Amino acid sequence: MKIALFATCIVDAMYPSTARATVSILERLGHTVVFPAGQACCGQMHMNSGYFPEAVPVVRNHVEAFEAEDYDVAVAPSGSCVASVKHQHAMLARTIGDADLETRANAVGARTYELSALLTDVLGVTDAAAELGSWYPHRVTYHPSCHGMRLLRLGDRQADLLRTVEGLELEPLPQADQCCGFGGTFSMKNADVSSAMLADKNANIAATGAGLCTGGDASCLLHIGGGLSRQGSPISTLHFAEILASTRDNPAPAPDRIGSAAGISGKAGR
Amino acid sequence: MSSTYLGMPGRPVFGDGNLHATEAFPTAARRELGNAQLRANLGHATHTIRDKRLRVVAELPDWEELRDAGSAIKESVMARLPELLEEFEANFTARGGKIHWARDAAEANKTVRDLIRDAGADEVVKVKSMATQEIGLNEYLEEQGIAAFETDLAELIVQLDHDKPSHILVPAIHKNRTQIRDIFLREMPDVDPGLTNNPARLAEAARVHLRRKFLSAKVAVSGANFAIAKSGTLAVVESEGNGRMCLTLPETLITVMGVEKLLPSWQDLEVFMQLLPRSSTGERMNPYTSLWTGVTEGDGPQNVHLVLLDNGRSAALADEMGRSALHCIRCSACMNVCPVYERTGGHAYGSTYPGPIGAILSPLLTGITSEENASLPYASSLCGACYDACPVKINIPEILVHLRAEDVDSRRGTRKTPGQMDVAMKAASWAMGAGRRMALAEKALPLGKLAAGPDRKIKKLPGIAAGWTQSRDIPAPPAQSFRDWWGKERGKSAPGENAPTITRQKEKE
Ligand code: SF4
Repeated sequence: MKIALFATCIVDAMYPSTARATVSILERLGHTVVFPAGQACCGQMHMNSGYFPEAVPVVRNHVEAFEAEDYDVAVAPSGSCVASVKHQHAMLARTIGDADLETRANAVGARTYELSALLTDVLGVTDAAAELGSWYPHRVTYHPSCHGMRLLRLGDRQADLLRTVEGLELEPLPQADQCCGFGGTFSMKNADVSSAMLADKNANIAATGAGLCTGGDASCLLHIGGGLSRQGSPISTLHFAEILASTRDNPAPAPDRIGSAAGISGKAGR
Repeated sequence: MSSTYLGMPGRPVFGDGNLHATEAFPTAARRELGNAQLRANLGHATHTIRDKRLRVVAELPDWEELRDAGSAIKESVMARLPELLEEFEANFTARGGKIHWARDAAEANKTVRDLIRDAGADEVVKVKSMATQEIGLNEYLEEQGIAAFETDLAELIVQLDHDKPSHILVPAIHKNRTQIRDIFLREMPDVDPGLTNNPARLAEAARVHLRRKFLSAKVAVSGANFAIAKSGTLAVVESEGNGRMCLTLPETLITVMGVEKLLPSWQDLEVFMQLLPRSSTGERMNPYTSLWTGVTEGDGPQNVHLVLLDNGRSAALADEMGRSALHCIRCSACMNVCPVYERTGGHAYGSTYPGPIGAILSPLLTGITSEENASLPYASSLCGACYDACPVKINIPEILVHLRAEDVDSRRGTRKTPGQMDVAMKAASWAMGAGRRMALAEKALPLGKLAAGPDRKIKKLPGIAAGWTQSRDIPAPPAQSFRDWWGKERGKSAPGENAPTITRQKEKE
């Protein structure tokens, strides 16, 4: 299968190793990965902050970039960006009365998948250790981010894949379904409430005894990890794609590393 | 939408009354967050109701179909509200009731006052009502020399404490038992000085206090949960039975109800009688459901009035995207699951309607005219829990985003110098509007290292991003973006040439 990678802006700029891990996983399954060069961002930040006119060129760019390439399905290692592509793009097109863009956005959205959904529903992966060689011998807890959980209805797909990683011990996270408080510009505009939500999330993470918190959205992990780092917590964060890509030969960074700088190591997953 | 479709020419577009915040949400939230007792009380209460709701909702195999039905009924009501109101008016009047139209809070208040005076009363008993809180009726009546006594237990607690409700269903959710005992001891005449904080003792004290009021009151004021157009019937659902005392004992009954509460027929009520109790109190059925249709000679109130309230509802109805906020049946499920409400409580929202529904309903009813109400749609991380919980499927996150856009647009061009956020969004829009511009912007990112300490963390950012670094670090950006890496490593090879670098484990085995 020919798979187009949508790296998302945060992953592209801040967590390149997550995108490389995604490529590595798909190639290990024997698929061809292409990277539509025109891609930039899904425009979610603009839309969710109410900047609709500013979102239009961003959304248009995404639609055009992914139309330009020839591929079977597109994938992104981010629940919230996929939710934006699937639901918000057409809505924005409708708002500005551009029926043509709406149709095209719907077409791109229909074949865009979040990584765990692609692996599970399309590629039929059920055992990460057996099919991907995934090996990550650490105690890990998992935060299901809101957009993946509620907008995409990913259910247990990410956690189920993690459970099949060799050596990985998955510690249940108390009140896992509670928002971490990121919410894009919410974390700046309502910094106090966001911090209070983060404090509770991180207390729950600490209570699991795991050395690392994983999840499917780089932005939530940036938020959670940023809070843990400020507290001086030894717990770190890492995208689940990097855990799936981690093998005995090429292990992803171990969770005893201090700080939140998930995926700084350029080696992960390759 | 014509502005006269309710038969009320010249109505103001927006509503007033207790719908306006007096300070911006972030400021109010910061203050409320500092109250540890409030947070503990709220966290405990919302989680208890939340779990109870989940349990009873899970019992119904057709819950999703019920939600769909509720949503569809409300949608059709909104589409033909004028004719349903006319049908209701005809039937209500034919049965001996009197209808009074009120375009805003001031008109509604004045109408109620006149009706009380006509009945020769200077005090009234009240059953908990969101509509009368919205218009500030109690305060208005007090100014006019009329005493209004709340009879709902929680509402009574709030009133005795000269406080404001902080939750639409559990108005005293922010108070614990000991605080309630202290209020009773301080404010109730003739209360047993040995009163403990035992819930049964507290309820008993309230009952004794209220009984005197019920027996002497000539006039009662109520809200209504539903109105049935086909028969001209009004309905109130409650838990304590005090409301029923108000609805049946006094000679005169005055109900104040928002125009959106209408249902076409009794059959439609069936759907909501399942949705409402499970969503609000986590009960299969609410203990008391009272329905009344006009006047019955020799039985119950002989003067039955209904004040039909607009107060911004026609303005909300005219907003195609926001209209569905009027589907709300005030069950409070959205606030019980909201992580923002859980931490700030209802007072931070500054309006009768707090939580996620308040964050959309208040600005819809009043318009995004004040800076304070314009801050409400931002009081959400858009986590979506409210949408999942709402029994009538109001897409609150989508309406929040719609209102944010309205706010941003309303400020466009009005400022001499655009705000930091405006500038940042414009710049990001330019960079993110093309892959090559994004690549250019990313080239500058590693400069962020300059802002980072030796531990590769950024601990302080200026301007609008300062809030982030108040409690979070940011890792220094990596030297190379993924795009850059791909261009260098893979860019030269045509698609398809990248043969798998690692043999599939399965094949190895
Ligand atoms: S918006 Fe929905 S969940 Fe919230 S109070 Fe109204 S009906 Fe209930």
